[in-house]
Amino acid sequence: MIESRVLPTDYVTEPGRFRTSTGKTLKTDEMIINMGPQHPSTHGVLRLEIVVDGEIVVDVIPHIGYLHRCFEKHAEHMTNYQQVIPYADRMDYLASMNNDWGYALAVEKLLKLEVPPRVEYIRVIMAELQRIASHLIALGTFGIDMGAFTPFLWCFRDRERILDLFEMTCGARLLYNYIWVGGVSHDLPARFVEKAKDFCKYFKPNIVELNNLLTYNEIFIKRTANVGVLPKDVAINYACSGPMLRGSGVNWDLRRDDPYSMYNKFEWDVQVGKGEMGQVGDVWDRYIVKVREMEQSVRIIEQALAAIPEGNVQQAIPKRIRPDHGEVYVRTESPRGELGFYIVSDGSTSPSRVKARSPAFVNLSVVPEIAHGCMIADLVAIVGSTDIVLGEVDR
Amino acid sequence: MEELGKTILKLIPVIGDQLADISVLVFVIGAAPPLIFILLYALVTLYTEMKVSAHIQDRVAYMYTGYHGILQPVADILKLIQKEDTVPDSADKTLFRLAPYLVFIGTYAGFAVIPFSSAYMGSNINLGVFYLIAASSIVVIGLLMSGWASNNKWSLLGAMRSAAQLVSYEVPTALAVLVAVMITGSLNLNEVSKFQDGGIQNWILFGGPMPITQKLLLLPFTFITFLILFLAGMAEVNRTPFDLPEAESELVQGFNTEYSGMKFAIFYLAEYANMFLVSAVATSLFLGGWSSPFGSFMSGPVWGVFWFVMKGMFFVFVQIWMRWTLPRLRVDQLMYTSWKVMTPFLFVCIFAVGLILVL
Repeated sequence: MIESRVLPTDYVTEPGRFRTSTGKTLKTDEMIINMGPQHPSTHGVLRLEIVVDGEIVVDVIPHIGYLHRCFEKHAEHMTNYQQVIPYADRMDYLASMNNDWGYALAVEKLLKLEVPPRVEYIRVIMAELQRIASHLIALGTFGIDMGAFTPFLWCFRDRERILDLFEMTCGARLLYNYIWVGGVSHDLPARFVEKAKDFCKYFKPNIVELNNLLTYNEIFIKRTANVGVLPKDVAINYACSGPMLRGSGVNWDLRRDDPYSMYNKFEWDVQVGKGEMGQVGDVWDRYIVKVREMEQSVRIIEQALAAIPEGNVQQAIPKRIRPDHGEVYVRTESPRGELGFYIVSDGSTSPSRVKARSPAFVNLSVVPEIAHGCMIADLVAIVGSTDIVLGEVDR
Repeated sequence: MEELGKTILKLIPVIGDQLADISVLVFVIGAAPPLIFILLYALVTLYTEMKVSAHIQDRVAYMYTGYHGILQPVADILKLIQKEDTVPDSADKTLFRLAPYLVFIGTYAGFAVIPFSSAYMGSNINLGVFYLIAASSIVVIGLLMSGWASNNKWSLLGAMRSAAQLVSYEVPTALAVLVAVMITGSLNLNEVSKFQDGGIQNWILFGGPMPITQKLLLLPFTFITFLILFLAGMAEVNRTPFDLPEAESELVQGFNTEYSGMKFAIFYLAEYANMFLVSAVATSLFLGGWSSPFGSFMSGPVWGVFWFVMKGMFFVFVQIWMRWTLPRLRVDQLMYTSWKVMTPFLFVCIFAVGLILVL
């Protein structure tokens, strides 16, 4: 397998510092190492087959599928459209609300269904809270990848508050099954709005604290700036999305550019990487985009909480949904990027075909491209910055 | 060491006098105090590290084993002793078994020249700190052995990293030691400590017991040297931000990936002992060692132990504090820090200190 592949040779000459005094490049034997599936920093069960020359990564081949649970096939075999939602929960288990919402939106589009305004507000609040929770994990685990353990636990402390809010709403802390086709499973409990406002107030200073501890740490900047640079054109060619794409300086956010639900009614900004510490599209840019998106999410949540109307939380729909013949593709902005659901209906009570376009899978595919010639420690940084969730990569 | 062993043996009635002639026994008893200290200190530091890290991270750490979990380190050690001591099938069994002990021996040997007080020092040799630098280099061999013998690619990478790191950081350590040695004129750590006796103003960190103009001239250079010595020492201990050999997120656990049970515990014991060793060297050379910071107040051989351990533990605390705050450097940045930042700075310091001393 290795012989058939042309190994890049420029990695020895490129950094310049790996030459001997006589100008010859230091050429040693390459070693093939398995990084994963059981490895602390592959964020689950990703397996990276890496060819290393000492500390330098010559080639990376990601192997996926260790967490494949046949989501798409399961979805076709349900007896009801609603029954797919718990499975969608389990795709990206760090952002279940966003998955549910994406699927529910797709089915609602098939049904040409309008949901009550209160539902829209609840969904926006939940999705943005979920985005913060997901980004917190991404940033915390990225800190661990960089060797800083403390930010991880600080992030988990804040995420705990969000999970408490979810728990009081729907009883679950990880896999919610909350956003249903036509509405949400329960109305918001009493005092939810108040507690969510408290959370926003509590959370804003904590972002500053995280920045002081990790983001602007000199060592952290040295480790992340100019590392794993993903140029704009490569990002677009590989169909990257989410913070990965915005980190490369592409101003593209589905919440603004292909608005769904209520997003165009709120005031918020799309964050892009500006290359403040190094080049545009480096690991630090992808990191800072996530930090700033959390601030924007807080803004959205505050506006939504202030404006949330009273009303019904479940549109009257038949118990067994039978959409007309047809197909639909709906894309939403999940914390990881463009999460799309393509659903084909044959007029029966279950979908004929469901295809999920998972952003983590697409973002992962660009890793071998940008990891050439980096060091093992950089590879860890790059994988960490793509913020993959293997549940979604493998589905 | 010999005198101490004899003294202790003479305290035993009747047979003690006869035993005092058996030199092996004398040396064993004389060498025991540092070992006992290391074991007790490791328990305390284990607890401190857990509690400090917990409070940094907004947790409480263990609370149930005894008052505020004070007995947890003992329980941890007991657990490690009970564990099955596995050796991987494909490992080089002799080297694999030998490596942790070699690492520990390298560290423990260093304790021989550490003056815990003006009255006790394992071995009063005049090479002192030079011997310490040489002895602690054995650690590199132990780490390389463990990495190679594990027959695990990650372990091997970790071992190679640690070898490169330890060898590189010995240069700034030795140069920094040289600055203090130039000022005091002795390699013996006890002499160096004695030189700084008489209060905080006499510490070499603040220029040493020199005339005031010379002191002020020396101060910036000794201060920088102390910082570099401490950081280079941290790098030799493999603590964050220099913990690349065992970088969890990159190399799984580095050279000790395959170790379990008591062998793993010995690696950790060596790491903790090394933390204190580094602090002890920095303390002895720059912070007066066993001498009291208040002149003759609270000074004497017994208070000496107190001051020495307190100063040492303070720097152990600083190491723990840094570990739970900072991210990790990358391999090339680590080498850069050693060769292109620390070493040139130290050359400047050595030159300047030499010039000031001659003038």
